[in-house]
This record gives sequence, structure tokens and C-alpha cells, in this order.
Amino acid sequence: MSPLLALRDVHVRFDTAAGTVRAVNGVSLELAAGETLGLVGESGCGKSTLGKAILKLVPVSAGAVEIEGTDIAPLQGRALGELRRKVQMIFQDPYGSLNPRSTVGRSVAQPMVVAGWKPDAIRERVATLLRWVGLPDDARQRYPHEFSGGQRQRIGIARALALSPKLIVCDEPVSALDVSVRAQVINLLEDLKQQSGVSYLFISHDLSVVEHIADRVAVMYLGTIVEAGGRDQIWRRPQHPYTRGLLEAAPVANPRLARARTRTVLQGELPSPLNPPAGCPFHSRCPIAQERCRSDRPVLRPVDGGSVAACHFV
Amino acid sequence: MSVVRPVPLEVRALRTTLFTRRGEMKAVDGLSLAVGAGETVALVGESGCGKSLSALSVMRLLPDPPARIVGGQVILNGRDLVPLPEEAMLGIRGREIGMIFQDPMSALNPVATIEKQIAEVLMTHTALGRGQARARAHELLELVGMPDAKRRLDAYPHQLSGGMCQRVVIAMAIACSPSVLIADEPTTALDVTVQAQVLALLKRLQAEAGMAMIFITHDLGVVAETADRVVVMYAGRKVEEAPVDELFEAPLHPYTAGLIGATPVPGAERAARLADIPGMVPPLNALPAGCAFAPRCKRVMERCHKEQPRLTEPKPGRTVACFAAEMDAA
Repeated sequence: MSPLLALRDVHVRFDTAAGTVRAVNGVSLELAAGETLGLVGESGCGKSTLGKAILKLVPVSAGAVEIEGTDIAPLQGRALGELRRKVQMIFQDPYGSLNPRSTVGRSVAQPMVVAGWKPDAIRERVATLLRWVGLPDDARQRYPHEFSGGQRQRIGIARALALSPKLIVCDEPVSALDVSVRAQVINLLEDLKQQSGVSYLFISHDLSVVEHIADRVAVMYLGTIVEAGGRDQIWRRPQHPYTRGLLEAAPVANPRLARARTRTVLQGELPSPLNPPAGCPFHSRCPIAQERCRSDRPVLRPVDGGSVAACHFV
Repeated sequence: MSVVRPVPLEVRALRTTLFTRRGEMKAVDGLSLAVGAGETVALVGESGCGKSLSALSVMRLLPDPPARIVGGQVILNGRDLVPLPEEAMLGIRGREIGMIFQDPMSALNPVATIEKQIAEVLMTHTALGRGQARARAHELLELVGMPDAKRRLDAYPHQLSGGMCQRVVIAMAIACSPSVLIADEPTTALDVTVQAQVLALLKRLQAEAGMAMIFITHDLGVVAETADRVVVMYAGRKVEEAPVDELFEAPLHPYTAGLIGATPVPGAERAARLADIPGMVPPLNALPAGCAFAPRCKRVMERCHKEQPRLTEPKPGRTVACFAAEMDAA
């Protein structure tokens, strides 16, 4: 059986006045039904662009995005609508993704209106969805500005769930939320997965959140996947020097653990994707880089413990 | 032998109120804290809890209207800042007390070079001439670990990354060796590897200069990495204060416990669910009577809805404002 989502050597390039940006540069990944795949990386690494490419919100320049074995590139009209039913997205800024002049009820109902549902069925479904995400029933007559950030994110989640999608691409869904509300939304996403069997591609820069929610994790750097594997494997035995640097940089909310661990702070910052380094994209910051890394680009290959990593020296 | 550290900054019962059309809101309601030389006190809480307004009150940088200090004292190196005229504050900000903000881009002048901006701070507060100030600007950029510092002197802020801009802001904040540094979410806008660099930098600079530091953040991970002592705020009030290890190991206030439970710890035993706190921070113009946290509290009692708990000291070095915690200690 085909995986729910398969990315095959996906490239996304943007032509700008300053040159071509290779935002996504040859990514291959699979996500099985019922799985939560975490996609982590720092700003500008291409993780959001990759998420958008999965919904055809940005064009794929080369390679293929397959949903249940079907390449989405040629889809148009009705077939594209069918794809959108299967794959939905929630965004970091729920306020920016809701129409401020539309009531919550109308926003949540929109996907069903587009899909041609009958008004009675829509009304019933909206009530169910609002209950699932923990909003009061009178929310449907109110407007987005009347809600807090956490509640708005719940509205976005309700709308994404409207047509029972198989996959939700979550792009930094909790990054704008306060700590206590963030935990509420994470717990809600986990509950909904239990109830409906939906899968998540969970895009985040926050490693502790990804560690909590993901089954598998892919680490992205400058448009490429540098390491991917099971959550425990990545956290206990990270192989790629970037993964190690990233994990060591993440603050740990436990002062004794924080003091006890050894850390080497990664130097430098993400190079411009306009002008990526030749060879391994990470060599300019890598603590173990050798001459070879400047010219040979490493490919993902299996490493100890079942992960894959793109490094000549692991 | 215990060494008595000087305490460059002491805030006593500070009250700041927002005067708005919708009424008066107590944004900071009786905050007291002290920071010793070389010590880092983290001010923690969620948005709207008053932590940034507390910092702005200390710096006397409140937007007035609507915000005004209505009571309390801010003792900096033995002198109360609250009654001082603005002209006097101009000589204190940047010299005795430095501040770093969340968004370094907007803290810098977009149309002046990095060298000019740092030199200006020095020429305002010291007797250095232009040439000396420029030389010192270069030294400061090296000190804050700016890559390729000499070349960056002629750069404009938009030519630098967020992490580099934050290094420039830090260089300006420490240029005159202030005794107190206030850092308001200084790494929130930065990537995680750059955040680690900036935190390490602040730690090093503080150790070298013995500055007292107030570190404002919502991120308990950053608290655990940087703080010696922690002040937890909720709805404008201090609800708990403790040394960092004790706070994480045995939080006394249910809000503190909730925040810790809601924060995943990588590498620790994995909890099936995060402990969330129901509801959200109440708006300042609709604070409940009694304890502001009562509507969200797991340990709420009859009394909590009627009376505001005072800060008590159930154990030496620990303070908490909670009736349930008082009962535990009794």
C-alpha cells in the first residue's frame, strides 16, 4: 500500500531579482497513515515552503508530491478539490488565516459549502466540530476578534477538520501561543488524532514540542533533510552534527539537567539560500567538517539505529 | 564566610496603572524584588501578566498616557528613580542601567551605521571624543562576538541578521558598564542556535562585569538555563519567588506548577499528556475578586474567590501568595 504522503526528490525554486532561491532542494520523505511526522529546522530552512508545496500552495519545480500514491502536480478542478479534502493546513497566525468579517460559524462551514453539502448537514457538522475543539456553541455567531489567540487556533483546527482530512499540515501551530494555552492546543491535537485517526505533518522550530508530539522526526537545513528517524533515536542518539548542535542549543526546562549537560554552541548562522555553500550545505558551520565536505554533497544513507543522515562522517 | 553582595537594584511595592477609557487597570500591582551584583533574576509569566510593563516602569520608559507609576520605589544604586525628572533619567539610562529588547531591529536606528550608533551612546555618557568612541565601538563589537567586526562597523542594521543586530544592541547596552541590565525577551525572536549563542554571550558578559540582570521571558527553558532566582508573575502581581532549582523541583504556587507541567522537557520521562492550565489569563479590566488565578486553579477553595492572598514566606528564601500553599506549610 502506498504511504499517505510521499515526497520524491522535491525541489521548490523561487526566481527573485537577486537570483534563484532554492527553498527546497531535493527532499524525499514518507509519512504513513496515523503517524505524526515532525519537521524541524531554523527559520529559512524551507520547512514552511515544503508544507505549502504539499497542498499545492506553492508550485513544485521538480520531483513529485504523492498523496496515497497519486502525484498531485497534474491535478486541477474537481480532482484538486478532492486533494484539498484529504489534506488540510493550519497556520501559525490563526488571526491572519480567518476572515475577520465572517462569523466563526461561516468560516468553519466554508469547506463544506464548497464541497456542496446541504445546509442542515453543515449546521450539524459545525456544532460537532466546535464541540470537538472545545469552543462554546454560541461561538458560531461571533467574530474572530472576539476570541483569544488559543481560541482562534481552535477555530482554525475546527475548519481544517471539517471534511475529515487524512493529513493536516500544521505549520508552527502553537508558536504564537502562551505556555499554558500551548499545552491545551497540543493536547487537543493529540486527542483529535486519537478520535479521528488523522495524521500530522508537524512543522516547528520548537524541539521540545516536536519531541512531545512526533513519532518520527526529520531535520531540515538549507532546503535539505540532513537527518530523519524515530523520535527516540533522534533525541537519544543524534548522528548528524547539525542535529546534535540543534538539540544541544535547545534550552531545557530543568535547571539541573541544563547545567549537567555538555554543550558545544554551534557558531555562525544559516547561510543565505540565495547563495548556499557548495558541497555539504552545513560545512560552513560544522565542527567536524573536512576538505571533502566543501566539494561533495553527502546524500541520506542509513546510519546506526535505523535513522538516515546526510554526512560523510557518521 | 558569606559575602554580602551589593544590591544595585531594588524595587519596592511598585504599582503601575493604565488609565484608559475602559477604566483603570492595575498592570503592576505591588511588585517587590531585588537583584544582587552578578545575579540573574528571571521575571516569568504569560503575555499580559505585567512583566514588560514592570521593566518599562523601572526604566521610566512607560508610554504615558496611558501608563503611570502610582506608587512604590525603584532604588538604583541607593537612589529612588520614581520621582526623578526625565532629564535626570537621560543620564541614568544607558549609563547605570542598560536594556535589551525583544526586537533588535526596531531598537536600532535604520539610517545610521552600527559604528555611529554605538559611538553615540559613548559620547552621550562619557568624556570620550569621536575618535576614541569609534575605537571603543570596534572593541565592543569584538567583545560581543560580532563575526567580522571591523567590516560591520560601516554596516546598517538591515544588512545584518537578527542575531547580529541583537549583538549590536547588547554592545550598546553594556557600552558604559551599567550596574544593572534588563533583558526583555532578548532571544524570543531568534533561532534556537543563535539563541544559545546570545545566552552564552550574556552569561559571559555578566560574569566579567558583575552586572545585576533582570531577565524577562515566558520560556521556562531559558529560565532554567540563565536564572539564579525566579519571580513568577500573574495578572500584575508576584505570585511566587524562589531560587531556580527549588522552583523547578518543588513549585509552591499552583500557577508555577501549571507552567512547569505545561512545558515539555526533552530527554526527560515522557508524559502521555502535558498538564495544561484550563482557561486563559484574565484581561486586566476584568480581574476576579480574590485571587486572580482562582478561576483556573486546581486547588481553588471558597476563600480564594473572596480574599486576595498575601505573599508569605513558608520556608526561608521562598515566597508565595496562595492560601493552599499556606495550608501545606502549616
